[in-house]
Amino acid sequence: MLTIDQLTKTYTAGDTALREVTFRVPRGQVVGLIGPSGAGKSTLIRCINRLVEPTSGAIRLGETDLVRLGRRELRQARRRIGMIFQEYALVERLTVMENVLSGRLGYVPFWRSFTRRFPGRDIENAYRLLDRVGLLEHANKRADALSGGQRQRVGIARALAQEPELLLVDEPTASLDPRTSRQIMRLITEICTERQLPAIVNIHDVPLAQQFVDRLVGLRAGQVVFDNAPDRLDEATLTDIYGAEDWTGTDEDEDAPDNANETRDALRLAGTAT
Amino acid sequence: MTPDSAYSRRWRRPPQLVTTRGWRLMLPLLVLAYLVLALGSLEVDAGRVVEGLSRGARFVQGFLQPDFTSRWQDIRQGLIESLTMTLTATVVGVLVSVPIGIGAARNLSPRPVYLVCRSIVAVSRSLQEIIIAIFLVAMFGFGPFAGFLTLAFASIGFVAKLLADDIEEASASQIEAIRATGASGWQLIHYAIQPQVMPRLIGLSLYRLDINFRESAVIGIVGAGGIGATLNTAIDRYEYDSAGAILLLVIAIVMLSEYGSSHLRKYLQ
Repeated sequence: MLTIDQLTKTYTAGDTALREVTFRVPRGQVVGLIGPSGAGKSTLIRCINRLVEPTSGAIRLGETDLVRLGRRELRQARRRIGMIFQEYALVERLTVMENVLSGRLGYVPFWRSFTRRFPGRDIENAYRLLDRVGLLEHANKRADALSGGQRQRVGIARALAQEPELLLVDEPTASLDPRTSRQIMRLITEICTERQLPAIVNIHDVPLAQQFVDRLVGLRAGQVVFDNAPDRLDEATLTDIYGAEDWTGTDEDEDAPDNANETRDALRLAGTAT
Repeated sequence: MTPDSAYSRRWRRPPQLVTTRGWRLMLPLLVLAYLVLALGSLEVDAGRVVEGLSRGARFVQGFLQPDFTSRWQDIRQGLIESLTMTLTATVVGVLVSVPIGIGAARNLSPRPVYLVCRSIVAVSRSLQEIIIAIFLVAMFGFGPFAGFLTLAFASIGFVAKLLADDIEEASASQIEAIRATGASGWQLIHYAIQPQVMPRLIGLSLYRLDINFRESAVIGIVGAGGIGATLNTAIDRYEYDSAGAILLLVIAIVMLSEYGSSHLRKYLQ
């Protein structure tokens, strides 16, 4: 269980990115974090594993207050938090297997990771995860030889290799086509149910979020302005989160125009990526 | 055509650098005046040019009939010395450059370490090889040892700086992802940084190998051993045919290593 209590982040330039954000995520729940660009979604999930240092407040994972950890303890706490990234953030020149095994770095001594002699249990588990995400036969390929959807599956396997107690997911579908986006979101939510993992998913695509997550939290200018079941999100709350706009067509069953945009973007991305 | 249009039909690019009209006229005149005066102080002497040209003709004659045989022992020894110096200095230089390069990368190192490493790089880069060689020959005496130290020191500035710049350009998201797994500092460098910079580091080392061989011919002239010393002796003895042979060999070796390293680098990409 993750508890975020009065979390505030002020950057040194004086901008407040987060203002007393408070919520908790019980085991097995997938929380979608929505809000306009610059609302602090990315800062919020990076505060949890302290890739960004919070200014004040508390973040408790189980019994540990993550905000107060020293360097060593922080490394140990990070092992318990798996992270999945926008644009995958795989180390492109390493093989798929090495990328998955890098999820074990916090658990093995330097000489083991340096010589690539990971414990047999870790390797077995890495194969099992690659099989779970459907990439078993790609284990020895270089990460940059895979397609976008496949890379994100490797990213998921890497996060799971940590045997995490919490998943942080940052825009997992930002550069994927609509079909792959749905497959990736389904995979993430299935895995969270299987393992009873709590997860926070930053996501721009509101209909996609409504389709897959258990609960939505809306951020605007660093403050929580919505926290409820996905089907409770209506036009008024969307306006509250994102600002005034014509929201017709945003409901999950009639997202055609939005979808067409995505397809065009996906095609463009596929064209530049290959 | 609308003659009564309110918009002007003329446009000229506004002056960009010097905006006052007076200075725009004065500046070229001042530069010209300085150029004339400076040329006057150089003692341009037609007689010396003619004399020099005839001496140059003797060089060319010597080079056209290169003599590899009469000084072959010296040339062979010089070449071996140069190649030894080059290889050892490059290996040592690169090995020392890696930690300094990591230290000089702003995205990895704490501020004090960064400043120290960047200063080492700056010192090494600001001193030209010949100047370093003069110091080191004075300190450690004539011979290839001084040359080896010179080239190793110069390699550090070159490789460490370019490596550090490359590390600073490494993808931040990959670094962040490895950091998020709970990896230690060394693991971070080995898993997130090394795969990203390795091809470049190998390319840089091969390139530096080239440069070091060329420099080894130059620093020999100030006493740091190698083929440069042999070349210097040959010219001092007016043996332009031997000097020509040496130059041809240097050119051949540089071309060979250039060709070889560019091939290797292409293969590594």
